[in-house]
Amino acid sequence: MNIIVLIKQVPETTDVKIDPVTNTLKREGVQSIINPFDVYAIEEGIRLRERAGAGKVTVITMGPPQALEALREAVSMGCDDAILLSDRKFAGSDTWATSYTLSKAIKKLGKFDVIICGKQASDGDTAQVGPGVSTHLDIPQVTYVKKIEEITIEKARVERMTEEGYDIMETPLPALFTVVKEINVPRLPSLKGKMRAKKIEIPVWTAESLECDGKKIGLDGSPTRVMKVFTPAPREGGEMLSGEPEEVAKKLVGLLRDAVLG
Amino acid sequence: MDYLFTEEQKMIQDLCMQIAKEKIKPVAAHYDETGEFAWDIIKVLAESDICGIYIPEEYGGMGGGILELAIATEALSWGCGGISLGFAATGLGTFPIILFGNEEQKNKYLPDIASGKKLAAFALTEAEAGSDAGGIKTTARKEGDHYILNGTKQWITNGGEAEIYSVVAMTNKDKGPRGASAFIVEKGTPGLFFGKKENKMGIRSSSTREVIFTDCKIPKENLLGKEGLGFIVAMKTFDNSRPGVAAQALGIAQRALDEAVAYTHERRQFGQAISSFQGVQFMLADMATSIEASRGLIYSAARMIDSGAKNIAKVSAMCKLYASDVAMRVTTDAVQLFGGYGYMKEYPVEKLMRDAKITQIYEGTNQIQRGVIASALIKEGLA
Repeated sequence: MNIIVLIKQVPETTDVKIDPVTNTLKREGVQSIINPFDVYAIEEGIRLRERAGAGKVTVITMGPPQALEALREAVSMGCDDAILLSDRKFAGSDTWATSYTLSKAIKKLGKFDVIICGKQASDGDTAQVGPGVSTHLDIPQVTYVKKIEEITIEKARVERMTEEGYDIMETPLPALFTVVKEINVPRLPSLKGKMRAKKIEIPVWTAESLECDGKKIGLDGSPTRVMKVFTPAPREGGEMLSGEPEEVAKKLVGLLRDAVLG
Repeated sequence: MDYLFTEEQKMIQDLCMQIAKEKIKPVAAHYDETGEFAWDIIKVLAESDICGIYIPEEYGGMGGGILELAIATEALSWGCGGISLGFAATGLGTFPIILFGNEEQKNKYLPDIASGKKLAAFALTEAEAGSDAGGIKTTARKEGDHYILNGTKQWITNGGEAEIYSVVAMTNKDKGPRGASAFIVEKGTPGLFFGKKENKMGIRSSSTREVIFTDCKIPKENLLGKEGLGFIVAMKTFDNSRPGVAAQALGIAQRALDEAVAYTHERRQFGQAISSFQGVQFMLADMATSIEASRGLIYSAARMIDSGAKNIAKVSAMCKLYASDVAMRVTTDAVQLFGGYGYMKEYPVEKLMRDAKITQIYEGTNQIQRGVIASALIKEGLA
């Protein structure tokens, strides 16, 4: 089984600082890590290969040269191959241009059975790149997968997490899955994996080697425009009810009635 | 501090520290309380290729030596000195095979230890044979193509959990220490039993049990080296394993220092962090300095052993002696710095103090270590 895992390198912080002038993330002095949701994707990719007993896991990321570190970490966990998509021309890509570029790399790679991504990245939080890639490749997608119940070379049955519970969905392969953290417990790297990761030659594919349409990549290929990034003002107002619980409850019901019905 | 590690040694350190922080630390208090053996952590070590770091590559290991073993043991013991012992005591049980095993024995036993599929144990101590290992009463009687073992070993680390036991027994009582021989005994051999699990002060998740032989029949191929080498096997094994005990003590001590630095920075009395008081600062400084000295001695000893040096007994004893004394002092000081909270089980330092104590006692008490060092000095003086 040939599995492709798409990952993103993100800043290691939940407290992202925004440059007020450029409206972009401040990356200086912040450590980079693999997007936490993508670590589950890597683990699931390796598990699928182990389940199948054969095949390989190829991990791909698009980013600056420093994203090689994220790929090496994925290899240290057990991915077989890694590819970096890196080119100044990719700079400024939104989710549409990114998913186009990733899909070009997957086409270049050729045969695959499953593509796995994390459900979203912890920095942008859009959850659009995975679905975008499946659209560009014209293959089925299942998002928020929490379990791959059965998988053969033709089809897979998976559990898709919903707000209320989960759907059981069956899809022909090849298909793309985005996964949630409930799907597995990622393993730590192994020593042999770390040594392999240290030595592995990771090819860097550029816009030219991918034969990208110049109008579809980078800032020019990105229909999204970020006008402003800001922290919403804290909500104001509100009313504190006080008194005995019974009394407060009555008041609250009254207020809610007025608000909803009035 | 730069310890001049190779790329590979740094990887071992990073990975073992990651395991200690992410996997061991969160469960250490639970295993300390229950005394259960932490098989889930052994599984993590196996999957991470840690179990075989000191085993030669031709037998499925990573081909590292005593330094690699020490680096790993130190980091894992930072997480928990009891849990790490499942790994370290396997090393103790494996050294007799690495050092004295023949090709068949190495091929048969080492790969499963290297992969983490099986744990090993070393069975020497008996009720009346502790520091005086010459007092062992377990016998091995040769009968045709077999040896028949009888006797009871005491306080065997990994007892019951390990699959492979390196056992020292008397093949000829009349010869005294020269009448001892070492054998490999596999779990599941008829006549091999395990006694009660000891309820210990520290390293509580580690399994410490009696190993009992009652007409336990093993093939003669399981003899390590040749008859009469039993004590040589034991002494050479300890020479190689003592830096591991030292590293265990070092990991425990480092954890105590890390906890103490963090706590004294947070704890406020008289309107300021207690780390601003010179009395506290001096304690922290002394703890850190003695830990660093201990680390330097351990790494030097390990490198010397790995270089193939002949007379390693002295330096091996020195690092075990020093590191364990440092660990006891540092963990006791850490409890002191935590004050009343340090005495409470909700805080991690009382466990460190309990775990540290054993390192002054086992694999040769520190009094025995001083004896080893002194006799080496005297021998050198006469040479």
